[in-house]
Amino acid sequence: MASETTTAGLAYGKRSLVRGMPGHHIAIFIGFLVVAAVAPFLLYPVFVMKVLCFALFACALNLLLGFGGLLSFGHAAYFGSASYITAHAAKVWGLTPELAILSGTAVAAFLGVVFGSLAIRRQGIYFAMVTLAFGQMIYFFALQAEFTGGEDGIQAVPRGHLLGLLDLRADFTLYWVVLAIVFFGLLIIYRVIHSPFGQVLKAIRENEPRAVSLGYRTSQYKLAVFVLSATMAGLAGSTKALVFQLASLTDVHWTMSGEVVLMTLLGGMGTIFGPIVGATVIVAMQNYLASFGAWVTIIQGVIFVIAVLLFREGIIGVLARRLRKPL
Amino acid sequence: MFELLGIPPQALFGQLLLGLINGSFYAILSLGLAVIFGLLNIINFTHGAQYMLGAFVAWFLLQYLGIGYWWALIIAPIAVGITGVILERLMISKLYHLDHLYGLLLTFGIALVIQGLLRNEFGISGLPYSIPPQLAGGQNLGFMFLPNYRGWVVVASLVVCLATWFVIEKTRLGAYLRAATENPTLVGAFGINVPRLVTLTYGFGVALAAFAGVLAAPIYSVNPNMGAELIIVVFAVVVIGGMGSILGAIITGFGLGIIEGLTRVFYPEGSSVVIFVIMAIVLLIKPAGLFGRAA
Repeated sequence: MASETTTAGLAYGKRSLVRGMPGHHIAIFIGFLVVAAVAPFLLYPVFVMKVLCFALFACALNLLLGFGGLLSFGHAAYFGSASYITAHAAKVWGLTPELAILSGTAVAAFLGVVFGSLAIRRQGIYFAMVTLAFGQMIYFFALQAEFTGGEDGIQAVPRGHLLGLLDLRADFTLYWVVLAIVFFGLLIIYRVIHSPFGQVLKAIRENEPRAVSLGYRTSQYKLAVFVLSATMAGLAGSTKALVFQLASLTDVHWTMSGEVVLMTLLGGMGTIFGPIVGATVIVAMQNYLASFGAWVTIIQGVIFVIAVLLFREGIIGVLARRLRKPL
Repeated sequence: MFELLGIPPQALFGQLLLGLINGSFYAILSLGLAVIFGLLNIINFTHGAQYMLGAFVAWFLLQYLGIGYWWALIIAPIAVGITGVILERLMISKLYHLDHLYGLLLTFGIALVIQGLLRNEFGISGLPYSIPPQLAGGQNLGFMFLPNYRGWVVVASLVVCLATWFVIEKTRLGAYLRAATENPTLVGAFGINVPRLVTLTYGFGVALAAFAGVLAAPIYSVNPNMGAELIIVVFAVVVIGGMGSILGAIITGFGLGIIEGLTRVFYPEGSSVVIFVIMAIVLLIKPAGLFGRAA
């Protein structure tokens, strides 16, 4: 395997760990780690952590949208709730960061079960509207509930000590933890996509009646991928809460759901690494154009229009077609 | 004065009226969405932005040309409808051969652009638009005070909704439309210009949204975000009603508005989410929607 890539030797050495993984994917994962290891020395670490969190968020949505064929327009609900719960757990309950992240992620998973089991009862365009409506419901809940702090959100969330030992207050220490979490999340998503479960998902995406006729209980598969996607979105949101020490209404707003769809679309729906690229581009754009106010929204809208009309494969989708390799 | 369940009647009927008004907007907007979806098979996410544009056109007309409310009620829907026709020809029509989701994504992007441009220009604080003098004041009905304008909004919406229903269900043009919804290829074979029918339908749906926007302008202040939150609620209304039936969309719209108004009286905290809760219940009991046909 993987003889054509420069990392062939390394891949061979770890054969038992990454069996069946194409060489260029191993190369990309290693390249990702190298870039991620260098980036905080060149760029502001908090910015890089933001990119990482949104990369995981977009990959989570892509699992549902690109591989399950289900467009959720309300993924901010899982990202944002997890962010709120983590912030609350760390600040009010005084939990250690790993427990705070776990509780946030668990709540996102729970919401995924509840909303997912309702949303999969409708298909296509209705599915998108249902998820959007549930997302808005969570937004109104966050707006009114006591613990979320209304317009202020939950501020000054303590980062605490990982496992009670490692002080995360320094950006650099936190950075490696965030990188580990995000990389772990990406590997899980990668594994799911390439599992037999992932193959069935693709079959459902391509032709659901046929998958049903082959004996698959498609609604169970759809629910499972919905919950997985919501959980990973929650993991991203929880981590984000610790990075910015903040959980706010922005995290649960419908614009956030739209942004993550845009990241996935721009990077390439149904590609493996596209959402990472899409998230990087969008977060960088928001960062550098922040002083232009509403222009960020306008540019995002224009990118949406261009991507849908001319560029539906996304950046990585085009690249994958050129290289004739699944990326 | 009598009281109902400990609620003073003024509060009860006041909220009911507010509910009816919200219901009017739900009904007109979900009607437009249903008409567009029926023929184009896309969900028009720009609908909220087009509703907002209607209000803005009315404001522009008054501010810069001195054209008042009554003319705006005619001009704004036509103007916004024309932009809709252009939009359909230039962009949306390129997506008919693709998955419906792309239509949703495209119109979402367009909505972001429109809202962003107007927010840049006018901020989010809102522009005042006064009630036309003919409809100022109100009636004392004994049990409540009815502002004339609010009564007018409910009546005007009902008339527009029923007129739309009449055109679609009872006229020849409506018959073409319904036939094209069922089988566009066959209708085309009978010599009817289906693409033009599609374009005009989109323009009409958009004009409905703009009409609602003009109606809303004197009640809510004219601001770039006025359609963004509303359209999400309207999506929930559409899921509850199902898009199969015109009359169903109208009944669902008004009904949910009233339920929302009642919730505001008896359980104010729940009023912003009650429609979403109803949506969840409908999904459990009748997933195709109250008036929908099973897919």
